[in-house]
Amino acid sequence: MIKETLEKIKNQAIEELGEIGSVEALESFRVKYLGKKGSLTSVLKSMGSLSPEERPIVGQRANEVRAAIEEKLEETRASLAQKFENMKLASETIDVTMPGREVSLGKKHPLTTVLDDLKDIFIGMGYSIAEGPDVELDYYNFEALNLPPDHPARDTQDTFYINDNVLLRTQTSPVQIRYMEQHKPPIRIIAPGRVFRSDSVDATHSPVFHQIEGLVVDKGITMANLKGTLETFARKLYGEDTRLRFRPHHFPFTEPSAEVDISCFNCGGKGCSVCKGEGWIEILGCGMVHPKVLKICGIDPDEYSGFAFGIGLERVALFRYGIDDMRLFFENDLRFLNQF
Amino acid sequence: MKLPMSWLKDYMNTDGIDAESYEREMTMSGSKVEKIENRADEIKNVVVGKIEKIEKHPDADKLVVCQVNVGEEAPLQIVTGAPNAFEGAYVVVAKHKSTLPGGVKITKSKLRGVESAGMMCSTDELGISETRADGILILPDDAPIGEDICKYLKLDENVVEFEITSNRPDCMSVIGLAKETAATFGRKFTEPGNSYPESEKKAADYVSVEVKDFSLCPRYTARLVENVKIAPSPDWMQKRLRECGLRPINNVVDITNYVMLEYGQPMHSYDFDQIKGGKIIVRAAEDGELLETLDDKPHKLDSTMIVISDTERSIGVAGIMGGANTEVSENTTRVLFEAATFSGVKIRRAAKKLGMRTDASALFEKGLDPENASKAMERACKLLSDMGGTVLSGMIDVRCAPKEPLKLKLDDRQINNFLGMDIPREEMVKILESLEFKVESDGTIIVPSFRGDIETYADIAEEIVRIYGYDKIPTVLMNSRVTTGGKSRKQQLEDKTKDILTSLGFFEIMTYSFTDPKLFDDINVPADSPLRNTLKIINPLGEENSIMRTTLIPTTLEVLKTNYSRRIPSAAVFELGTRYIPVEGQQLPDEIGTLSLGMYGDVDFYDLKGAVCQLLKRLGVPRPAFMPEKQDPTFHPGRCAVIAVKNKIIGILGQIHPRVAKNYKINTEIYIAELDFGAILPLCSSEITYSQLPKFPSTSRDIAMVLDDSINVADIEKIIEENAGKILESYKLFDVYRGEQVGENKKSVAYSITFRAADRTLVDDEVSEVMNKIVKALETKLGASLRA
Repeated sequence: MIKETLEKIKNQAIEELGEIGSVEALESFRVKYLGKKGSLTSVLKSMGSLSPEERPIVGQRANEVRAAIEEKLEETRASLAQKFENMKLASETIDVTMPGREVSLGKKHPLTTVLDDLKDIFIGMGYSIAEGPDVELDYYNFEALNLPPDHPARDTQDTFYINDNVLLRTQTSPVQIRYMEQHKPPIRIIAPGRVFRSDSVDATHSPVFHQIEGLVVDKGITMANLKGTLETFARKLYGEDTRLRFRPHHFPFTEPSAEVDISCFNCGGKGCSVCKGEGWIEILGCGMVHPKVLKICGIDPDEYSGFAFGIGLERVALFRYGIDDMRLFFENDLRFLNQF
Repeated sequence: MKLPMSWLKDYMNTDGIDAESYEREMTMSGSKVEKIENRADEIKNVVVGKIEKIEKHPDADKLVVCQVNVGEEAPLQIVTGAPNAFEGAYVVVAKHKSTLPGGVKITKSKLRGVESAGMMCSTDELGISETRADGILILPDDAPIGEDICKYLKLDENVVEFEITSNRPDCMSVIGLAKETAATFGRKFTEPGNSYPESEKKAADYVSVEVKDFSLCPRYTARLVENVKIAPSPDWMQKRLRECGLRPINNVVDITNYVMLEYGQPMHSYDFDQIKGGKIIVRAAEDGELLETLDDKPHKLDSTMIVISDTERSIGVAGIMGGANTEVSENTTRVLFEAATFSGVKIRRAAKKLGMRTDASALFEKGLDPENASKAMERACKLLSDMGGTVLSGMIDVRCAPKEPLKLKLDDRQINNFLGMDIPREEMVKILESLEFKVESDGTIIVPSFRGDIETYADIAEEIVRIYGYDKIPTVLMNSRVTTGGKSRKQQLEDKTKDILTSLGFFEIMTYSFTDPKLFDDINVPADSPLRNTLKIINPLGEENSIMRTTLIPTTLEVLKTNYSRRIPSAAVFELGTRYIPVEGQQLPDEIGTLSLGMYGDVDFYDLKGAVCQLLKRLGVPRPAFMPEKQDPTFHPGRCAVIAVKNKIIGILGQIHPRVAKNYKINTEIYIAELDFGAILPLCSSEITYSQLPKFPSTSRDIAMVLDDSINVADIEKIIEENAGKILESYKLFDVYRGEQVGENKKSVAYSITFRAADRTLVDDEVSEVMNKIVKALETKLGASLRA
């Protein structure tokens, strides 16, 4: 009799469970069947009326039924939980194609970025970074660089003067002299900085611009070393396929002197608008430090030799980014600065 | 320097040298070719024509309608405004679909309603003259009608334009370039012969020359030519002058210009009959001496200049321009040629002072070779003799003793070591000889007089290697002692500053180092402020760029203005730049590294303050103090603070005074900070020591108080710090409230204070005791009342 009741309860319970759709209903189900006053519990309570032989059998059966109901209940609970989780997740769906929230980062000036690259290349080759003043003595800017007063080459560098002796440096080369006065060879430096020339402002001229001076002095430094160094530099900056062309030139503080062209990185040397059809782009001036300059700095030109070079930073940046107007560098429009 | 390539044929065989290889080889041997132009490449479909008939234009007074015969079946109808057109004139006709220099295209069109089938050209339209012509070019009557104009005018000429460096004035001449060409291509250079018949008369009987001071004029040569007929110079000479960018004037003037081009020696011609007393005197000018030059402009001279004078007056500014009083005119029959060498320095200064930089002065100031003067003189006389002039015998030649030629030793090992090459000695000798250096058997090099730029073995090395080939120099990396490179601490901190600020949303800007003195008024700087003591540029580009900046604020404001005026809604920028502070008794100013930050947009004081604090913290600078600054007139008096670290002021921060903002046409709040980067550097610490993570929990208490609005929270914080003792971990301001509930001129301020002990869990009583102490101090010292 009780056995039948148990079966009935089990079947009924399992059937009921299949229809439960909420956690609350599941709880009332549990109370209804398995609670202290639940139907299964009351069946167990009525076991006292059974014979001692029947009792363990029915007891075991009752436990089986309970276990079966509990198992099914847990199953239902889990599936309900899964269902609700799915519903919740579905309701939380967002439009992932909407724009991300912007974190506003600033940017370094493009000239700084380019300079950082150049510094890294030369630091990698064992160079230190030297500095010198923007407002400079005529002596360092000209005289010690083998440009005595009234030297015609002074005219090619339209100079801003503060007075007869003091000027705004027209080149970073005075740092060569200042450094050689203070340091003995071996010397291996670059000196980036601002320079000033009284050029009227246009797309390719600015009265303020930047140069990077390089200077190496030691025993046995040759022009072949100069060429090797600059080739390494140019290939690191412009790519391994870059070819260099050294053309004879004149600077008063180097002898022999050269201007250096690189094969146009845009067309590879065939000629295009970037290189104005020449296939070559002039990137720097260089040469062997003039023996007179070494002597002025107290370095014996019979024992030591060296080379120097000067790179125009704006030029490097103009070419790298395809910028067509130098004025943009000093105008500082954020829409420009944000591009680099 | 322009060189028509065919001119080279006067001195050497140029067979097989085309424009392309010429450009390449000359550039690689040191004479940089800027470009090669050929007029004929640009002129197409332009022919000789003859004006058959001219009629008035029906609708325009200044235009006429011409029927022009160009050798075709029917004449072309061409409308022109040229005042010199006449019937029967032989002219240059650009036909329909023709091209002219500068990419100009000519097509059929209507001019004021009348059909015009082309254009008649002037010299400048043909590109053979640079100055604007008054009318069309009229050709001689024997010009063959219909012939291509390039063929007729011999315009098919490669004109090479060189960039000549300042050390090679000898290459500012056709002969100099011809010598370079010969050495570059391994050809033989031959100087033209300049012999001509001289008359019986002796020049010395008519003219004498006195040089007062050889330091002004190391050499002066002169020759007298009679029976001169002033006329146009021959076509071949005019053509070459035009190709070199000079305008033909008359035979005598053209000869002086031609010889200057050819020899690089400026010359002058005087109408000898206008020279008083038959005497030339070279002397320093007198202060205030007046002279009208050939361009009809009066000049006041001074004693630093050199003049040429006769026995009565000055007749020319030496080396720059001749005087109007002795100018060669159409009536001139006797010409005195001058070829002299003047002090380069003197000429340079005088030309600058007088504002007269002429072709002649540009040559003189580079320092010319005195030996060249007589060669040029003979050339000029030869040319004028060929044109019918009679040259009197004897060249007047007044000079100081010629300079001994410079001698150097050829040390092939030294040169090869220096270059890192292995050039054979014989090769070196061959190259030097091709450049007219003499190399004696003992290795002595004798430098030619025209190579004043040669001084040491390094110059000899350059001469050799530039002809041998820079491209033959090997590329070898250095094998010298190892150096450890890298950045200094200052450079590292500069980099770090830029990294921090960009990560905080600031854009780096770069502005000029010089600025406008007017900007001090714009930013409200008082008249007696030390900021106004600036370094001044004596030759600025303009007043707006005339002083070296003593503050970065104006240039930062300029950048904000630029962006604001371009409707960029918000901006945050910084510049790590230099200020230039003049120092008494010091030749050079102090250059002070300075950091400026500026922002506008949806920001307030605390945004900028937060950024500054974050920057300083990340640089390892001890915690800064901010003290209200009400006196700085650039800033809003109620929203400005000076920043101090360890009792030293390192900068200022605040809202720009609305009046200053208005001066920059910025109609919103601007926040600016200016920090002395030099002062910050020694405060930066890169040392980091680990401290243990806390093992015991913290306790927080909130406290809210009402106090006078005028009290700064810094005072509250000071009291918290002084009274909280060792267990204070941190405090945080979380609310400030002003309003009716707290009463007028009062505010409510709330802090959350966190306590922790490193070695134990704090008990309530201990914290309460400290809190009571704080509250009591706040009440007594600040009159604060605790809010429930």
